[in-house]
Formats: sequence, structure tokens, C-alpha cells
Amino acid sequence: MGIYLPIAEMSVNMVVILAMGAAVGFLSGMFGVGGGFLITPLLIFYNIPPAIAVATGANQVVASSVSGALAHLKKGTIDFKLGTVLLIGGIAGSTLGAWVFALLRSVGQLDLFVSLVYVALLGTVGGLMLVESVRALQRARRGVNPIARQTGQHNWIHRLPFKMRFRASKMFVSVIPVVGIGAVIGFLASIMGVGGGFIMIPALIYLLKVPTNVVVGTSLYQIIFTAAYTTIVHSTANQTVDIVLAFLLMVGGVAGAQYGARAGQKLRGEQLRALLALLVLAVALRLAFDLFVRPSSVYSLTGL
Amino acid sequence: MMRLAANRLSLALLISAWCMAPTLAQAPTDVTPESIQIGLSTDRVTITSDFSGADLTIFGALDNADPMVARQGRYDVIVVLEGPARPVVVRKKTRVLGMWINTESETFVNVPMSYSVATSRARQDITNPANYKQLALGAENITVTPFDRNGDPVTIEEFTTALRERKKASGLFSERIGGVQFLSQSLFRATLHLAPNVPVGTHRARAFLFKNGVFIKENSAQLAILKAGFEQRVHRAAQNHGFLYGVVAVLLAFVTGWLGRLIFRKD
Repeated sequence: MGIYLPIAEMSVNMVVILAMGAAVGFLSGMFGVGGGFLITPLLIFYNIPPAIAVATGANQVVASSVSGALAHLKKGTIDFKLGTVLLIGGIAGSTLGAWVFALLRSVGQLDLFVSLVYVALLGTVGGLMLVESVRALQRARRGVNPIARQTGQHNWIHRLPFKMRFRASKMFVSVIPVVGIGAVIGFLASIMGVGGGFIMIPALIYLLKVPTNVVVGTSLYQIIFTAAYTTIVHSTANQTVDIVLAFLLMVGGVAGAQYGARAGQKLRGEQLRALLALLVLAVALRLAFDLFVRPSSVYSLTGL
Repeated sequence: MMRLAANRLSLALLISAWCMAPTLAQAPTDVTPESIQIGLSTDRVTITSDFSGADLTIFGALDNADPMVARQGRYDVIVVLEGPARPVVVRKKTRVLGMWINTESETFVNVPMSYSVATSRARQDITNPANYKQLALGAENITVTPFDRNGDPVTIEEFTTALRERKKASGLFSERIGGVQFLSQSLFRATLHLAPNVPVGTHRARAFLFKNGVFIKENSAQLAILKAGFEQRVHRAAQNHGFLYGVVAVLLAFVTGWLGRLIFRKD
């Protein structure tokens, strides 16, 4: 069933796009991430121009994070103050990202940069998660209890000035790393068309020592607004948000996410993390393949 | 939608061509040169949300056709549908540090976004390559002007070839041998393919008449390819009111996310 995309100016199969949204939604619901890192590459593999895939991906991330954050709002597992400080950094990073995005597009290196950032980040995060989860699985098999993380453990981040108290997270920490993490993720989000949950969650846990129970909710809360801002910036500066494409992805995505969340409850934490790591690595490898293997044609056309 | 019927114009031409025939026979010494007419059944094609490519049928007629030549099938017609011209950047990837990276590029200022050809016979059987070149007829002969006119001619040649090859690969440059069929001695029908990614804008249909391998006459008609109401409004909104468009896209995402949670929630 063909549907014409008014911004991408091409006809796509509606069922394929809905299924793509549902599959990514299912996985994102299962693993508690936004799924932007899957949607954008999938759209690019489906011949959607990268600039439109990135901006439209950000738009669909808004829907999936609203859906996810509502569940956390009900459970009270969102640290609004922490989320808002992260957001201030996020907005700054996102603005810079959209500017770099337009610059790279004009010199023809956008595709390369997007692919490189994806390969580097997904490869690193996926690799680390795989190692960590395999160790956890081995420990579980040997019957050893995982070592509980020591609370009150301090690193260099806790020695920085401008400290602020975050009650919901039971933290007293400098705003510099919080704004910094927000800015880096906002920058990446706007270039990659992702919410950045797969980087935000490890950063909050390992760098800021935010308690695990508030991490996902807070991350989703701030991603809603970073992704919304990214969408508006891309729409204003580059006119690359395809609302028809985004809507199809959202519908598939929010439906898939709720089923995925239920499926996720049946798996153990470390099994889930190992699976997610494999998925992330698979996407990274697929993108690396395109980067390192001779393309079928070395020439490409773009409009001016 | 375009196939429905021969339009009134081409029917009228058909009748006029028939009426001409006796006149010609009576005065064989004073031969009026042949000419070609084409008529589109519509001057606009709208791209609706279910558009996935289409066939466009163009009817045409020969005026003052010599019945003898026509009977021997020595008239040939080539119909071209040429899309709007826009600037295009052709980039070339080379291997840098093991990665395939865009390193060279060449900008062309007036590339037809699409170019589909229908012919009555295989191209080489109609006339010789020199004639095609002179008429700038066929994907390999259309003129594209590089932005940098003083560039290295070898590089420009290389990128021009790549441009045509990429356009062919994307289905925007196409050729259909036998796409032009004679329905009678002077009436013909050309079927051209509109790709799913056909560019919107003003397209020009051109018909070329050949007799015994000699180019006789050309005629053209315009066709507007437009997005239908909703698609057009969305596109215009994105172009003219980018900020508001973005806000609406975000609100839509909020509502979809919220409704999705209400409808599909499993916890």
C-alpha cells in the first residue's frame, strides 16, 4: 500500500513503515530506550534521505518518550529538577548540533559524519554493555550475588563547584557535569535524530551515580523536550521533518512499545542488557559495513 | 486516469489529418511539409497520497503525412517528457583511511530532474547518433552546464556521465522502446512512465518526427505535476512556516504518545 511523503517527495509502502515503527517500538518498550538509534538508520536503509530521516526520527522520539514518561509519572520515578537542569544543557547542545548539521550538509559530509558518530557511539556503548552483561550472566550462573554498588562513593565529578541538591535522586552534585552531559547528548541527538537514552542512562548511572529507579523516567522526561526542540529547530532551519512519515512511525511505535514493555518484564535484567547490546552492535556493524565496503556506485546526487 | 480516452484535441487532429489526405493526392507537386501535433488529455497530474508511479499517455497526430511513407512505416516518432531543471551536485567517494568518503564534487546548474523517452522503434533504427546529438535528444545527449565552466574537461565529462548513470539507476531517466505506437497511419499514442519519485513542477512533453531517418519537425506541450491538496498544503507549510510546522509536529507527537499509552497500555 503506497503512501506519498510530502516532504521526502517519494512514495513508500505504508505497511513497511508501520511495521518498522512497531518493531522499533517493541524493542524500545522492552529495553526502556527511545529507539531513535534504530529508527534513523532503518529509514536511511529504506532510502529516505538522511537529513529527513534524522529530523523525522527526532519527531517520533517525542511520541515514544511521552508514552514512556507517562508510565514513570504515575510511578513517581522522575526527578524533575535533575531533568530540567539536563534540559538546559540539552537545548544549548541541540542548537549547536542543528548548526553543525546544516554546515555538514552544505559541504556534503553529513552522511559520513552521521555514520561515524553512529558507529563510534553504538560500537562503544554496545561493546561495554555486552561485556558487562556477559559478566553478570556468568556470575549469576556461578551463583554469586552481584556486588551491590557502594553508596556515597565519590569521584572527581563530586569535587566540582556550583553544587545543587536533587532531592528525588538523593544527590548533592555540581551543575557543571549535569549541564555538560545534557549538552553533549543534545548535540548528538540533533545530529543523529535520537533522544540519546542509550547514552543518557549509562552516563547518569556511572558518572552521576543517580539511583537506577529514577534514571529511566528522568532520562525520558528530558528527552521529550530535547527531541521536541530538535524537531522544531530542524523544521525551522532545514524543513526536513516529514509529518506523514513521523505519524506512521509514531502510531506503530506507541503500539509496539506497550507490548514490548510487557515482554521485557518476562526477561531478566542482564539477559535484556545482553540482547540490547547485541542489537546495538548489529546496527553499528551494519553502518560500519557501508562505511568500509566499496559502495555499488561511488557517485551520488544531491540537490543544491 | 490519463489513459481514459483520446482527448478532443487529438481526435480533431486525426480528423483534420484524414481530410488533408485527398488534397495532398490531388496536388503531389506542391507538398506541404509534414508536421506533428501532440495533445495531453489533461494539463495537470496531481500526486495524491496513494501515488506510486503512473503511466502517462500522450496522443498525437501527423499532419500532411504522406500515405505512401506511412504505409511503409517509415515515419518514426520519439516522445520525451522532460522534468523541471534544477541544480544538482554530483559527489564522488574515494577511499580515505579505509573509509569511503565524498571527496570530489561537481555542480551542474540546469539538470532536468526527470527525462523519460518513448520511441516507436529501437533508437539506432530511427536515425544516426549525430542527429540525436544535434537535437540534444536522449539521456546521453541532453545538455547539462557545469557551474564551474573553466573546470577540467575530463573531470566534467566523468561527472556528467556519472550524473546520467545515477539518474538512470534511480528510474528518473528512462527509455521505453516501442512506447510510441501508431494507431493509424497518422495517429499515434505514446506511453511514458512517471516514476514514484517524479519531481513536481512543470514538465515539457516534446514529440520529434522523423521520416526515413531525417528529422522533420518537433512540437511540445506542457504538463504540470502537482502535489494534491493535502500533500501540497503540508509541503507549503513546511517551507513557509517552518517554526509553526515544527510546533504542530511536536504537538502531534504528544497527542499520539498520550493516546497510544491510553489505548495500548499493558501495565
